[in-house]
Amino acid sequence: MPKEKMTGARAVVRALELEGVDWLFGMPGGTILPIYDALFESKKLKHVLIRHEQVGGHAAEGYAHATGKVGVCMGTSGPGSTNLVTAIADAYMDSVPLVAITANVARPLIGTDAFQEADATGITMPVTKHNYLVTEVEDIPRVMKEAFYLARTGRPGPVHVDIPKDVLNMPLEFEYPDSVHIPGYMPAMKEEPRLADAATLVRSATRPVIYLGGGVRASDAFSEVFEFCELLGAPVVTTVHGKGAFPETHPSCLGMFGMHGSRYANYTIQDSDLIVALGARFDDRVTGKLSTFAPEAKVIHLDVDPAEISKLVTATVPLVGDLKKLLPRLSAEVRKTFEERGRPDLSAWWKRVSDWREKHPLRIKQDGEKSILPQTAVYRIWQKCEGKAIVTTGVGEHQMWAAQFWKVSAPRQFITSGGLGTMGFCLPSAIGIQLGRPGELVVGIDGDGSFQMTLQDLATAVDLKLPIKIFILNNLFLGMVRQWQELFYDNRFSETPLTDIPDLVKLAEAYSCLGLRARTLEELDGVIDRALAHKDGPCIVDIRVKQQEKVYPMVPAGAPLNDMIGGE
Amino acid sequence: MVEKTEQLPNGNVHTLSLLVENKPAVLQRIAGLFARRGYNIESLAVGPTERPEYSRMTVVVRLTQKPVELVVRQLEKLIPVIEVRELAPSDKLERELVLIKIKTPEKNHSELRAIAETYEAQIVDVSPDALMIEATGTAAKLDALEERLAVFGITELCRSGAIALERGFKTLAPPHLK
Repeated sequence: MPKEKMTGARAVVRALELEGVDWLFGMPGGTILPIYDALFESKKLKHVLIRHEQVGGHAAEGYAHATGKVGVCMGTSGPGSTNLVTAIADAYMDSVPLVAITANVARPLIGTDAFQEADATGITMPVTKHNYLVTEVEDIPRVMKEAFYLARTGRPGPVHVDIPKDVLNMPLEFEYPDSVHIPGYMPAMKEEPRLADAATLVRSATRPVIYLGGGVRASDAFSEVFEFCELLGAPVVTTVHGKGAFPETHPSCLGMFGMHGSRYANYTIQDSDLIVALGARFDDRVTGKLSTFAPEAKVIHLDVDPAEISKLVTATVPLVGDLKKLLPRLSAEVRKTFEERGRPDLSAWWKRVSDWREKHPLRIKQDGEKSILPQTAVYRIWQKCEGKAIVTTGVGEHQMWAAQFWKVSAPRQFITSGGLGTMGFCLPSAIGIQLGRPGELVVGIDGDGSFQMTLQDLATAVDLKLPIKIFILNNLFLGMVRQWQELFYDNRFSETPLTDIPDLVKLAEAYSCLGLRARTLEELDGVIDRALAHKDGPCIVDIRVKQQEKVYPMVPAGAPLNDMIGGE
Repeated sequence: MVEKTEQLPNGNVHTLSLLVENKPAVLQRIAGLFARRGYNIESLAVGPTERPEYSRMTVVVRLTQKPVELVVRQLEKLIPVIEVRELAPSDKLERELVLIKIKTPEKNHSELRAIAETYEAQIVDVSPDALMIEATGTAAKLDALEERLAVFGITELCRSGAIALERGFKTLAPPHLK
């Protein structure tokens, strides 16, 4: 490619085009004006004007989750960059490929406490995979190339690029590099993976369980994981980000385990003698009290990030590498071992697992209940979508009810904020998902508290005429905190009741979109039908659910995984 | 399965040698990692290497709960960190520099000179009622010197923190230079 003379700002836009970016999310401001000016003439990039930078970040995350591509968000200096921090931290915790671009004050002003100055890279350093403060205009093409490369390869994550305004205005001879040279990134593996040892463990286990995490999605290793699970024939449990890594409609799948997992999933992992962890990190929300977690289990831990191996739970056999490449090799080794030594007999184990599943299913106790149970609402929406929608959530009780009752049968259909647990994720994420996967049905399951954290961006969804449907399980409470107060703080509901403000139907009208409400069970189905039939822009559905309903079963924080409240 | 919370009363001290890219904010990245992951830094020394594009850091870390391999793997995740190695006590050559100022009348100076000689230390500044001693060596040797001088009244002291290299031919280097 011949060199071309342009400004730093134009070079940023050009790099985005060359990286194949279609949608990007941001808001202009004084400092980032040069980039927006260059954007004005781009024919390839479609910019979404969000109303708050955090929303741009989450929308980029939703887009990335749903498409597997890198999400891009932008913000100006100072508050523009600090508003992005929550979304960047969210992407860091959930390993979402994200490139965040911010402008900073001109170099002579840096360090002078200038107007809208913030040490953006200093702030994002602990919550990014890597970040850059670009001080020389010639560095822009290389840095942009590296940023996208780092965001999407290895363990994906957010990369933040901060560029001072004067650098954006300087000229350079633009040439986009073909490759990256980052000597400290992903050093070659020091030892061969111990596949034979892993296969031997699989062969000798009588109570194995496969534990799937978000790494399956990050690695796009759905078919490889399916093949491995079928080969082993063992029970499969997942994290909230593992939902969709293996079809939840498959008889081997026990769904989510952990703090709000089913009793049968928790009993299964707790009593197992071998855990095969694929792209998962033994978060405290899934292990419960660590010292009592699966006491008899040996562990095969396959992860692309060596720092996750034996971080919390010691791996008997660590396997470091990309699931998509390494898991087929493990499958081949296991298949060979099975051919030589026969398959292990798991029938006694399956008998126990099936007994648990029969005895402690996830129940919805709607019978005799007049008000709408939130679980019923989730289940009815799921049924009416025939399991085909892409669902996203906020954070709180509604998120866990969705995780329990929204069975996912295909990859990239359950998108949520897991690690950071960011309330307000739902609406922004739905925007990004719908843009990334136009033509598909995108459903949000949100809470009244969570929705109010980012609701201003209804305007963005309306502007874009996105037919997203946001179902708000409205209990007029910060429900998950209320649940903890009821169970562990003697019913002292300190600052958790919310008022009946805003009127969500009128709010929808104010934003020129459809607003619906269901107060009774009789109204529920009709309202869901109307929402799903509405194709002309977003729809907000206020579903009044039983206030006292709690998410069960529940493992209290710090308790052993099989020490659950409720859900018998 | 065993939980990784083996409690050691004062923890174990490890010397880590890091080869890092000589770029802005690298020290901040590394210091920040130690702080947010809860690793206690005993000392940290950083300086240029045989190649201008790289710096070498020697970090002495005290760990009470976590195995050192985890610290190494976390450090290796940082993009500007090329390589990290824990230097085993038997394999490493470790040195530290100390400057010690003692406020003491001139009559004691000859005794202090004798002590300094024992420790292969030098008197680097003398005034009528004070002198400064410079010494290099292992941390243990400098500790001993400090203890020996304490009775004279140390008024100021500055230690560099350890720098260390592995004995023999092994080196830390980026992949393309190996």
